[in-house]
Amino acid sequence: MAKHKISVTVNGTAREAEVESRLLLVHLLREVFRLTGTHVGCDTSHCGVCTVRLDGQPVKSCTVLAVQADGCRVDTVEGLEQGGKLHPMQEAFTEKHALQCGFCTPGMLMTCSSLLERNKNPSEQEIRQAISGNLCRCTGYLNIVKAVQYAAQKMGGA
Amino acid sequence: MIPAPFDYHRAGTLDEAIGLLSRYGADAKLLSGGMSLLPTLKLRLGSFGHIVDISRIPGLEYVKEEKGVLRIGAGTRQSTLERSDVVKGKFPILADAIPLIADPLVRNRGTFGGNIANGDPANDGPAIAIALGAELVARGPKGERSIAANRFYKDLYTTDLKADEILVEIRLPVPPARSGSAYRKLKRKTGDYAAAAVAVQLTLNGSGAVERAGIALTNVGPTPIEAVEAQKYLAGKTPDEKTIAEAAKLAAKAASPSADRRGSTEYKREMTRVLCGRALKAAVQRAGGH
Repeated sequence: MAKHKISVTVNGTAREAEVESRLLLVHLLREVFRLTGTHVGCDTSHCGVCTVRLDGQPVKSCTVLAVQADGCRVDTVEGLEQGGKLHPMQEAFTEKHALQCGFCTPGMLMTCSSLLERNKNPSEQEIRQAISGNLCRCTGYLNIVKAVQYAAQKMGGA
Repeated sequence: MIPAPFDYHRAGTLDEAIGLLSRYGADAKLLSGGMSLLPTLKLRLGSFGHIVDISRIPGLEYVKEEKGVLRIGAGTRQSTLERSDVVKGKFPILADAIPLIADPLVRNRGTFGGNIANGDPANDGPAIAIALGAELVARGPKGERSIAANRFYKDLYTTDLKADEILVEIRLPVPPARSGSAYRKLKRKTGDYAAAAVAVQLTLNGSGAVERAGIALTNVGPTPIEAVEAQKYLAGKTPDEKTIAEAAKLAAKAASPSADRRGSTEYKREMTRVLCGRALKAAVQRAGGH
């Protein structure tokens, strides 16, 4: 089984790795690049805690092969903070208490920040639909929705 | 969970992919969006020596309306279709169904072609393709051929595609005036497959009677099921409440569900009847009938 040399731009930095075909993207991030902000939850593409952005699109990184990300841009929760300043969505999650245990938070942040790039002023229904692939087992959806609305306001959409 | 080892091939062209399929036969599997394949490999429900990635082949992602046909490239992501204006405007059945496929993150990866070609009766695309009278275009070593969607599904995960053929395009006839379509799906939660779902397209004539009816069922048998008797029954009739109720009964008769965590066979057959009635009602309304 041949290994594959891949190049991936992770949070803006070019990275290289030699990977087995079967290595999953989430394991490349966590175990090879040591970016452990992206979590592994259900491992069956239901829960969304492993959500990262692949060429801009939020996807479940437990269901993508690392080799499929070759030549692509991958953005993880670690890349949201810029120059020591939290992303407005991170600030909104803090402000609106949109997390309890925090396990789903990295995935939620990636999905929610991506939503606001596509839709600057989403309705509650649109927010709920957008996060329907991200499960929060503390069931803190109410505050997550509020945080997205708050971030949209702060970012000038609403 | 980690898949069993395999060799990964990234095909640059369709011919290269077809060549790899010809060489490795049943030991090769196509990877498009991977939303069914990756879980299959990870859960070790299936394993293949060679995975042929066709997602980087240029020219497989498009949605084009041409000469009364909507041509969808097999590699088109479900999320792309979901946001397509022509889909929203002319194919209400797709606008109904696509937001109900898995979840938004899965739809960002999953392709319409994969949904159609996988041969999983739980996928939503197949029944829709059958109801709309779609043509499926496959390419193999000898070139392209077109297969009617209602002749494409042979058995569980078994389609008319040969081992060295690739689905490249889905052709949906743009419905004529006075047509209406709808998809009604019952599922337990986001991300679940249908307990039952029904795809319907009706075309009415000038006096409001049914000229053509396409009805197909999702996840109530080993393949998607065309409800032929219900279609025949509707032809020429005015789709009033009584006629719709009778057609829905006939559609439920065509179902052959098996019991699982989503319900008993009786429940699924009954849900098929209810969903078919609702889909027919919506389709009649959208066609401008009553």
